Amino acid sequence: MTARRKSLLAILLGPGAFWIGLFFLIPLILVVVYSFLERRSGGGVLWHFSLDAYIKLFSPTGETLINDFMMIVLRSLWWAALTSFVCLIIGYPLAFFIALQPPSHRTAYLFFVLIPFWTNFLVRTYAWKFILNNNGLLNNLLQALGMNRIALINTPTAVLIGLVYGSLPFMVLPLYASIEKLDFDLVEAAQDLGANYVRVFSRVILPLTMPGIVAGIVLVFIPVSGQYIVPTILGGGKVAMLGNLLAQQFGPALNWPFGSAIAVVFMALLMVGVIFYLRGDAREEEVGL
Amino acid sequence: MTGHRGGIPGSKLLRWGKRLLWANMFFSFFFLYAPIIILVAFSFNDSRLGARWAGFTLKWYGQMMESEAIRVAVRNSLFVAFVSTAISTVLGTMTAIAMERFRFPFRRTYDGILYLPVIIPDIVMAISLLAFFSLSLGWMNNLFGLQGNSALRPGLTTVIIAHVAFNISFVAIVVRTSLRELDPNFEEAAQDLGANEWITFRRIILPLITPGILGGALLAFTLSLDDFVITFFTTGPGGTTLPIEVFGRIRRSISPEINAISTVMLLASMLLVVVSQFVQRRGSTSV
Amino acid sequence: MAEIYDVELRNVTKKFGDFTAVKDISLGVHKGEFFSLLGPSGCGKTTNLRMIAGFEAPTSGEIFLDGQPVSQLPPFKRNVNTVFQNYALFPHLTVAENVAFGLEMKGLGKDEIRKRVADALEMVRLPDSGAKKPHQLSGGQRQRIALARAIVNRPQVLLLDEPLGALDLKLRKAMQLELKELQRQLGITFVFVTHDQEEALVMSDRIGVMNHGELLQVGTPEEIYDRPANRFVADFIGDTNFLPCRVTECQGEVAWVQVGQGIRVKAACDQAVSGERQATLAIRPEKIHLHPAGSAGGQGEDVFPGRIEEAVFMGTDTRYVVELEPGVQLVVRYQNVNAATERFREGETVAVSWRPISARVLLS
Repeated sequence: MTARRKSLLAILLGPGAFWIGLFFLIPLILVVVYSFLERRSGGGVLWHFSLDAYIKLFSPTGETLINDFMMIVLRSLWWAALTSFVCLIIGYPLAFFIALQPPSHRTAYLFFVLIPFWTNFLVRTYAWKFILNNNGLLNNLLQALGMNRIALINTPTAVLIGLVYGSLPFMVLPLYASIEKLDFDLVEAAQDLGANYVRVFSRVILPLTMPGIVAGIVLVFIPVSGQYIVPTILGGGKVAMLGNLLAQQFGPALNWPFGSAIAVVFMALLMVGVIFYLRGDAREEEVGL
Repeated sequence: MTGHRGGIPGSKLLRWGKRLLWANMFFSFFFLYAPIIILVAFSFNDSRLGARWAGFTLKWYGQMMESEAIRVAVRNSLFVAFVSTAISTVLGTMTAIAMERFRFPFRRTYDGILYLPVIIPDIVMAISLLAFFSLSLGWMNNLFGLQGNSALRPGLTTVIIAHVAFNISFVAIVVRTSLRELDPNFEEAAQDLGANEWITFRRIILPLITPGILGGALLAFTLSLDDFVITFFTTGPGGTTLPIEVFGRIRRSISPEINAISTVMLLASMLLVVVSQFVQRRGSTSV
Repeated sequence: MAEIYDVELRNVTKKFGDFTAVKDISLGVHKGEFFSLLGPSGCGKTTNLRMIAGFEAPTSGEIFLDGQPVSQLPPFKRNVNTVFQNYALFPHLTVAENVAFGLEMKGLGKDEIRKRVADALEMVRLPDSGAKKPHQLSGGQRQRIALARAIVNRPQVLLLDEPLGALDLKLRKAMQLELKELQRQLGITFVFVTHDQEEALVMSDRIGVMNHGELLQVGTPEEIYDRPANRFVADFIGDTNFLPCRVTECQGEVAWVQVGQGIRVKAACDQAVSGERQATLAIRPEKIHLHPAGSAGGQGEDVFPGRIEEAVFMGTDTRYVVELEPGVQLVVRYQNVNAATERFREGETVAVSWRPISARVLLS
């Protein structure tokens, strides 16, 4: 590279790299450092090395091996998996349906999937609180029909509804992108070779749209596992997820090293999960070819 | 296409499959839109208790307009969105060009880092920025001997810094897509005809990737306007944005006034979708 | 003093990582010459062109334009222009704006630019297309505009990267002649990259044949065709019979070789050979003549007995496979100047003849 190109590259790359380095990477590293420090009452840290935070997170309480904090971490991951699955079950047929429409209609359907995608998440979650509240729309409706009111708000059900609702567009869009690319001649070729509808789907359509499924699950799983808004508004503090735990440690509980340790363990679990998931998928594709 | 190709010797399975697809489609859109429509409808409900229809009114909108807190929050939100969008669009576009048109050491590593702000859960980014700002502002206050009222505190500036930190990546991804679709021969042709790098950029690259840059800017603007979690942890006194204000109200109670605010926010979002679709459509037909 | 070439490559090598795209090439192109770089795809011919244009820098060696070293000059400081394979017309500018782009960069006045753009469009016979956008033009029209956009700058050298590759056969043939004519009018040096041997033969003053990054032979179309330097060149350009043979004697440019069990052939040989060695005998199908069995060949021709194994009628000519002895077969193309009844039949014995100069010994 000539000196001219080098200085040009520095001008182009420098400011963005500086910003991301200083205001994204260093803060993340700081969290890792904080997780090995001592708690200072009233917020912040004392600069003494300590493993207290990790010990607190991993030490068993009473008769259970996993304490309440770790339980919330694991539950968040489990709910993220559940949400991904439900979104896939609803989203795949929806994306498939849209891809089967004539091109002019497709744009319209996609537009209607996109609107919630661009709409304020807080507002959309609030809409469900309005419906599920104890004296909300649904309970009023049940009462009007002569049935008993049911407690929905601040239950895991409410939180899961909110999670699926907020994530569905994130699943549909990558799925649609990969289904739309599917060459439907291949479907006919498979039928021509004697495959029935079930086999055409499992042997041709599903493997070819796997990249979209992978992308969709990643796009749903990761944000959901760290959700804060939904469990706060629809769980009301009674159904806590990881996001609430972190907010609590950096807020009212004021134990920054412990909050940092939770974040570090969470990121580590996510990273291991994603690496395994993507590896497995890559292997599958190799076999498929 | 295939869906319209009649006369395939249809089995029962195929017919049922199609019915299920239609049913799933109706269910999905009902699921996506029913809450939104209910929310909007009850913003016109003449009852403080919310979920029971008691006649049409516009008074909640009136109350919203009169609220000083809402007015300040809207002003703050727009200020943060405009400034952070402007900065992140410039930096993101520059980053995109460097990534797509240059080869350099650790390029792949940086590529990975650039995707991190997009995929990392926002709560993690939020608490890390909280820790960072608390530490760095403390240091700076010590260094310059700032105390009391003159001390540096988190506020709109820290919020803007945080929003730029995640928006650079979003802008870069969108702009990179349009750069990748741009035939590199255009740039070579311009240089071949005597244009230096700057003129090539201004006369050839910039006009051709403008739809991509606008798309990226629009995305950044929306993300900034909608962000609650990161703002919540990086803001301070006097730095209340609209989502922060709304969140506070939602936690306190349910009131039709929140429905009215939400309706206005929904309308703003829809306007942004329409604009973004328009920008994309124009981008794809002009090239 | 050595001649100052318009374009000269001196020991130029280009590597992309481990891959060597161009291997130690030295080459000089004369002023006003139509020079073609010919070779299969991936042979390095386009890399060569891109190094002359300035889009790639050589890993080692030097490139000279008009005697001046230019390897360190960016493309916008070189007085060469390129016609791209996909034309690379700027989609957001009109045809006139495209053609004017280079002149604007030179800082010419508005009136001057307008006049020269009009002249250039006239020259490529699209005078009324100035206000159109590139996507409104046909492939052939875009090709002409790309040409106009380059020649309007009156470059010292025009580089053309398979400019006719995207056109259909008929348009392509017409453009070949048109391009050649244009080059003659302008007197600009053309460096033309193609994988189409026929195109190179028709248009070029000289051809450089490349394969695997190496420059195998440089010469006029006649030299390349009639006196290929090696088997690759003979094979890539036109059709050739290759017979494994053994050189038994070599005097000056004449060699005697043995083919098969007992066929002794007199052939042309460019390199001196001492002693016996294995080689390949190359004969073009159209330079072999067939006669009724027993008759003598033409003047100065050597005659061998043979048998027709296969005869395929192909319109203007007939393609025969003739066996000289078991295992030694030749493909012969014979123009159908005679009536159908006089053509040879499969199984017929014939006399096969050619001039010794048409048979060439290629050493591997």
